[in-house]
Amino acid sequence: MVGALALSLAACGSDPGAAEPAGEGSESAVDLSGELNGGGSSAQESAMEAWRAGFQSQYPDVTVNYDPVGSGGGRESFISGAFPFAGSDAALDDEELAAAEAQCGEGGVIEYPAYISPVAVAFNLEGVDTLNMTPETIAGIFAGEITAWDDEAIAADNPDAELPSTDITVVHRSDDSGTTENFQEYLYTVVPDVWTWEPEGIWPVEGQESAQGTSGVVSAAQAGEGTITYADASQIGELGTVAVGVGDEFVPYSPEAAAAVVEGSPRVEGTSDHVFVYDLKRDIAGTYPVVLVSYQLACATYEDAAIADLVKGFYSYILSDEGQAAAADSAGSAPLSADLRDQFLPSVEAITAG
Amino acid sequence: MTTTDSPPAPVAPVRRRRSSGDTERGFSRTFRWITTGAGALILATLAAVALFLIMRAWPAMTASEAELAAAVPRYPDDTSFIAYVGPLVFGTLLAAVLALLLATPVAMGIALFISHYAPRRLAQILGYLVDLLAAIPSVVYGLWGVAVLAPMLSPVWLWLNEWFGWFPLFAGDVSPTARTLATVAVVLAVMILPIITAVSREVFLQTPKLHEEAALALGATRWEMVRTAVLPFGRSGVISAAMLGLGRALGETMAVLMILSPGFLYSFKILQAAQQQTIAAYIALDFPEASGLAVNALIATGLALFVITLAVNMAARAIVARRKEFSGAN
Repeated sequence: MVGALALSLAACGSDPGAAEPAGEGSESAVDLSGELNGGGSSAQESAMEAWRAGFQSQYPDVTVNYDPVGSGGGRESFISGAFPFAGSDAALDDEELAAAEAQCGEGGVIEYPAYISPVAVAFNLEGVDTLNMTPETIAGIFAGEITAWDDEAIAADNPDAELPSTDITVVHRSDDSGTTENFQEYLYTVVPDVWTWEPEGIWPVEGQESAQGTSGVVSAAQAGEGTITYADASQIGELGTVAVGVGDEFVPYSPEAAAAVVEGSPRVEGTSDHVFVYDLKRDIAGTYPVVLVSYQLACATYEDAAIADLVKGFYSYILSDEGQAAAADSAGSAPLSADLRDQFLPSVEAITAG
Repeated sequence: MTTTDSPPAPVAPVRRRRSSGDTERGFSRTFRWITTGAGALILATLAAVALFLIMRAWPAMTASEAELAAAVPRYPDDTSFIAYVGPLVFGTLLAAVLALLLATPVAMGIALFISHYAPRRLAQILGYLVDLLAAIPSVVYGLWGVAVLAPMLSPVWLWLNEWFGWFPLFAGDVSPTARTLATVAVVLAVMILPIITAVSREVFLQTPKLHEEAALALGATRWEMVRTAVLPFGRSGVISAAMLGLGRALGETMAVLMILSPGFLYSFKILQAAQQQTIAAYIALDFPEASGLAVNALIATGLALFVITLAVNMAARAIVARRKEFSGAN
């Protein structure tokens, strides 16, 4: 009872901007309270869980809700103003950016990647844990052109592996997914002559096996012999993985090698100071090029001061050491380098009300 | 007791006389209104659902092919709306009919065993167990289908394909993961088993004892008695039980969504992956990321499912009504 009273008193006293008597037991300088509702990319869901939990434990009076409606829905709701913040597996295109700038008003849009995760090419083949594959081979397999595991294209890069003549069964996502889009984007950029489909959230090749969600494709791949799929690397369980060819070498997946892709890639030019979108380079030596890069969206100015403070606080937390570690632990994402975070932070801290 | 009850007795006849010809009085009248309200509510709900579906589906049904192709992710180019829904309707019906074919004989067997063969105690326990099957949520059936049943059925499907591959249903390349319509049909059959069993059991139990005893007295064996007395009597009941099951199979979403590897073809190959998809699973799969006209298109497929279910139920009613005269129930 007493605890509840103290809590409600604290909640009353935490009017944003109001001067407060120090020493209430809270470590943070500004006390935040209220509710923040956003949504978008479902790939970010588990990272968001970690961020929400961490942020809410720092500020017990804050509730952050994240609705994993999907990247498209997140962008749409952000542009319409329904979500003050959103997560999206694809950066806003020019048209969307213009609309979002109009909705956000003066300060414009803040956009930066905070969730980078390696997408593993995973397979289920008795006795084989890892295989080397060039991008051409990967594209050939997923396009249905390479159909047996002992195909010359695979054997050439894996002289030591004992490859059976089992048929290759491709398992893809049956739902609309950012992982699918990012995976296709990799194939489309690197080997456009083999992978001729425009990248989108829905898998373009017909007649292949599919399952819903990351857990779905992983369990489907585990259920059949000779299956191959693509999935968030932290979720692939017992499946064997492909070391992807970059230049002359083969790089196995790792969060660090995935983060290095964003770090080494040039920022897309011609946008405002707060928009950090990257033109991913897939051929940097030593990096793992099959990555899911998911962006955070926010406005630089909000009409509501409480919302502005909350978004600012939440996005600062995401970029903090703690936030990045939390996402790495729970979602297996690649922590952003200090260098990148130092670039993004000033934009987040510039969020104001007005 | 009699002494305390007798004083008000003269009053009652007076009241009864006053409202003579009308048996509705007091709570009875209120209750009549409550039941009428409940009946009207069902109609109103149905009308509201139909209205919602039609209103929301309308933009998709009136949109041009090009508009639909641009807005709806899986919409094939240059096809009419009917051609887009067609394979989904086909997949839905195929899955439900297969499930029904698998479930009905088994359910009738269980029902007959419970009603005519099992000792009383065993029959009761079995009855409870079957009802328990109905209480399992469909997501659990889905998980069970993916994790347990599919790997178990995989060799069975391979065998069927090897020996009976000439039969259209078992043709094609067998999926190594067994996440196909065949597995879905088995899971759906298990899911609709309880309802068919429960209704059939009740119907079989109502067979007039005299009919059964007459058959036995004429020297019929137990099987002949069942065939000549119980089955003809219960036929219309079994048909309506099967239709109830079909209704559930048509609308089942979660289990199909989790198990089936979907495709959009008019294909009878139930052992091959990526051939068919059901309407309910299609809506559940694509709704999370849909917006604008795509939502309308999804709801339009939902309208198609609504119409199919309505048609199936009306057909069932018609069959039952026609059979009733010959069933011996009167």
